Amino acid sequence: MAEPQDPMQDDQPLLVAEDVGKNYGRLTACRDVSFALYPGEVLAIVGESGSGKSTLLQLLSAQLAPSAGRVSYRMRDGVLRDLASLGEAERRFLFRTDWGYVHQDAAQGLRMAVSAGANVGERLMAVGWNHYGRIRDTAASWLERVEIDTARIDDAPRTYSGGMRQRLQIARNLVTEPRLVFMDEPTGGLDVSVQARLLDLMRNLVGELGLAAIVVTHDLAVARLLSHRVMVMKGGRVIETGLTDQVLDDPREPYTQLLVSSILPA
Amino acid sequence: MTAMIDITSAEKTFTMHLQGGVELPVMRGVSFQVEPGECVVLSGPSGAGKSSILKMIFGNYRCDGGRIGIRHRGTVIDLATAEPRQVLSVRRTTIGYVSQFLRAVPRVATIDVVAEPLIANGIARAEAREKAGALLRRLNIPERLWALPPSTFSGGEQQRVNIARGFISDLPILLLDEPTASLDAANRAVVVELIEQKKRQRVAMVAIVHDDEIRHLIADRIVDVTSFAAAA
Repeated sequence: MAEPQDPMQDDQPLLVAEDVGKNYGRLTACRDVSFALYPGEVLAIVGESGSGKSTLLQLLSAQLAPSAGRVSYRMRDGVLRDLASLGEAERRFLFRTDWGYVHQDAAQGLRMAVSAGANVGERLMAVGWNHYGRIRDTAASWLERVEIDTARIDDAPRTYSGGMRQRLQIARNLVTEPRLVFMDEPTGGLDVSVQARLLDLMRNLVGELGLAAIVVTHDLAVARLLSHRVMVMKGGRVIETGLTDQVLDDPREPYTQLLVSSILPA
Repeated sequence: MTAMIDITSAEKTFTMHLQGGVELPVMRGVSFQVEPGECVVLSGPSGAGKSSILKMIFGNYRCDGGRIGIRHRGTVIDLATAEPRQVLSVRRTTIGYVSQFLRAVPRVATIDVVAEPLIANGIARAEAREKAGALLRRLNIPERLWALPPSTFSGGEQQRVNIARGFISDLPILLLDEPTASLDAANRAVVVELIEQKKRQRVAMVAIVHDDEIRHLIADRIVDVTSFAAAA
């Protein structure tokens, strides 16, 4: 019998943050953040509003330049590169192909006035696909995977419900088979039943595709369901980190204990 | 070492920051071994720390001192100091855990809840579901329920789903936290049989059972947890 596959045994990290920090003038948004993310690993960054978690996500995804430290990413050729040193073409490659970014507000991640099929197909065209039939078929199969009725393929996402928009955004991101997906409060603002469906879907897709993901959320239930590891942020610093169920079931820091004990039971 | 689990002087203290930083020492000097094919039952009154020990062996609770040696893929890993990635790897291929309560993902069908650990280890979905069905049938969960998520099931049914999920994989270590607590006699007998079967497959087990009859049936050795109680 073959050894079972274990993507997490891959010993080369995909993304490495070293003492990363960001100041806005005298204000420190986040500082001294260091960690390594491995292929197939899902990391949740939790903390309240203003804890610096969204700033950190922007630093990690090269949308903001850090004031201190550096973020490195292992490109497809296997070489770990400082994001700040990448040329424009390499950055574009990351954003269009190797990375996905799921925004809390689907309107930021989608083009609301063009069809759902075009929203998904656009990412494929950006990486050189040019056969219309194949693009449409692939888009349709992705709509199915995210449980959107393919009869709606020609409708624009502004006619979609919030949950459908979010699922479409996920399809648009995953169609190019990225290795890393950033998610900023992916279930924020959705109804509970819609949230559960989205979480279940994301969990399956991440597992099936062996994706690495960094998920920013203030919802500990989302962190528990999706992530392997969690970082708790407060006042711009990481105050506690570890295996998700360990941090949530046996929290060590006063603030983490407060967070965990503040969950309302259903 | 031949033991699958080798715990030496493990300790656990909870610091309750929300109660003014009160320190609750729970365990000191936890030491015992479990050999392949052996079922060790932890005994002691409620609150003695039996579940805490199981959680420490699963890496769910942190260990504040000592060593928790686990034989994993031909080497020994100390879970007290292991990296999260190592703990996850140990859980995927070495240690299974049947908790007291099912923590089910909303919307997922019972059969898939049970099959998931196999699928996560690369077994084909059809084969995993077939095995899941066989276990569910054995645990008397009627087939018409298999497509439903278990969140609406009765306590006993949920526990049986949980047991099926815990027993489906061929992992060399299995931790059982009151696996028979809310089951009727017929289903308790099925669980005892499943445990016997695991023993024949040389699985090392640590169990918590309050039922004297069941304990008598499954225990090869009893470890009294009260001796590990930390003086508060």
